[in-house]
Amino acid sequence: MKSANSCQEASVSVRVLLPNAFQKHTDGTREIESNAGNLPELITEIETTFPALKTHLRDEQGQVRRFINFYVNEEDIRFLGNDKYAFKDGDEVLVIPSIAGGSCACCHYCGQDCACC
Amino acid sequence: MAHAYELRCRECGKRYNNAPLSICDECFSPLEVQCDLEAARNTFTREAIAQGPSSMWRYQALLPVPDDYVAPTPAGWTPLLHAPRLAERIGASNLYIKNDAVCLPTLSFKDRVVSVALANAQIFGFDTVGCSSTGNLANAVAAQAARLGLKSYIFVPADLEPAKILNTQVYGAKLVRIDGNYDHVNRLCSQIADRYNWGFVNVNLRPYYAEGSKTVGFEIAEQLGWRLPDNVVVPMAGGSLITKIRKAFKELIALGLVEDKEVRFFGAQATGCSPIATAVKTGADHIEPQRPSTIARSLAIGNPADGVYATRCIRESGGWAEDVSDVEIVSAIQELAESEGIFTETAGGVTTAVTARLYAHGRIRSDELTVICVTGNGLKTTDALAGAYELEAAVRPRLSDFETYLEEQNEERELVSGGVRVR
Repeated sequence: MKSANSCQEASVSVRVLLPNAFQKHTDGTREIESNAGNLPELITEIETTFPALKTHLRDEQGQVRRFINFYVNEEDIRFLGNDKYAFKDGDEVLVIPSIAGGSCACCHYCGQDCACC
Repeated sequence: MAHAYELRCRECGKRYNNAPLSICDECFSPLEVQCDLEAARNTFTREAIAQGPSSMWRYQALLPVPDDYVAPTPAGWTPLLHAPRLAERIGASNLYIKNDAVCLPTLSFKDRVVSVALANAQIFGFDTVGCSSTGNLANAVAAQAARLGLKSYIFVPADLEPAKILNTQVYGAKLVRIDGNYDHVNRLCSQIADRYNWGFVNVNLRPYYAEGSKTVGFEIAEQLGWRLPDNVVVPMAGGSLITKIRKAFKELIALGLVEDKEVRFFGAQATGCSPIATAVKTGADHIEPQRPSTIARSLAIGNPADGVYATRCIRESGGWAEDVSDVEIVSAIQELAESEGIFTETAGGVTTAVTARLYAHGRIRSDELTVICVTGNGLKTTDALAGAYELEAAVRPRLSDFETYLEEQNEERELVSGGVRVR
């Protein structure tokens, strides 16, 4: 699907691959085409296209959840300037949640509030 | 809890039945196994554990496997060694080494996590398993998959140490070398796991896999006579192990097997890949990814999955994190071998060098009971010591020649001690 909100002059088109974890909220869509010029625009477009995803994508403060990583081609977008990186035509954008396995365990075992989970 | 263990989201708390799943579908945060401690209260006792097998499976009641599971491979139950000579060199007086350089079957602590992960791979019906790996995990998955009759695909960075590649291929595993670093490999595996019905031990099986690390903590406590140390120094790659040792200690406290005590956790990284140590030192609540450049390739994860949790674990416990240079890593490998007879891989060099610095900087007091976690074997990274030792000329098999050789050695020693080294 194409977005109309992007650059006037050029037709930047990027391919966006969504993880399985999103599919419950995207009616099974795993891949979209986007004309977003950068990451904030892309996130807005994803949220507009899939309203069911919006509340899950951001935390209570409205920030994109920290376990969601974005990659452009083979590079972590944080190495490319993050929000400032201007997508180039043909870029492939991967959305991948972190897979972590550790724990702090204190809430579960002592029942107290703590800052570590 | 319907079963003795289940999955739970670490951020929003949503509960899931046991499945090959590692990400919450509500908030996209990591899932974790939680064991029903109340259910384990009657079976997880000092007496019952003492009658269990001489392996990590003596703690089976707090591992995510069915009660009647019979483990085919006796991983874990490695020595906890008093280390007086290393202690003397670094200004410590109560130092122990948890030596997973001799963990079976493949000589690293990864044998523990793989044992639990592959048990669950079988329960979930996978016939093919895999992993992304910096080497030790590759060896462990390949070996244990062979023993269980599972096919395995192992994904590694193309520049991995030759010994770790050989030690994977020998088990008949399909080794896929990826033109990139571990973070590239890991990301690709996330995509493959989304597409193929394979059990990736550190992707879709990761919550189960990670629980295996608890056994390091259980063993330390039991081997210290059911007490907790003052400090633990742990190498950090993805950051999971340090958090799981802490979880193990908390479970033991909750079940009354040890006295309540706040153990301080110290993390060790190589300077060339130190995202977690950097976060601890700067007080950051997030991890800035790095591009790894270090000989400690088993720790070279620039975007550590559990980095945030490891940072909090260290901070909450009152510990600290340090990072050391490649030169320090090699020196520490030699120092540990010379002082305690333990040949560790580069990750163990990192941990040993960091420990020395923690004492030198006064972050650990000399008399505190401190355990260093050595997690892998030096035979796998001998290239790190390339050029460190000369091969001397062969001595003829005659006593007179040997005596001449000894004299030359003594002369050389005198010259060295006199401040002049002549070669």
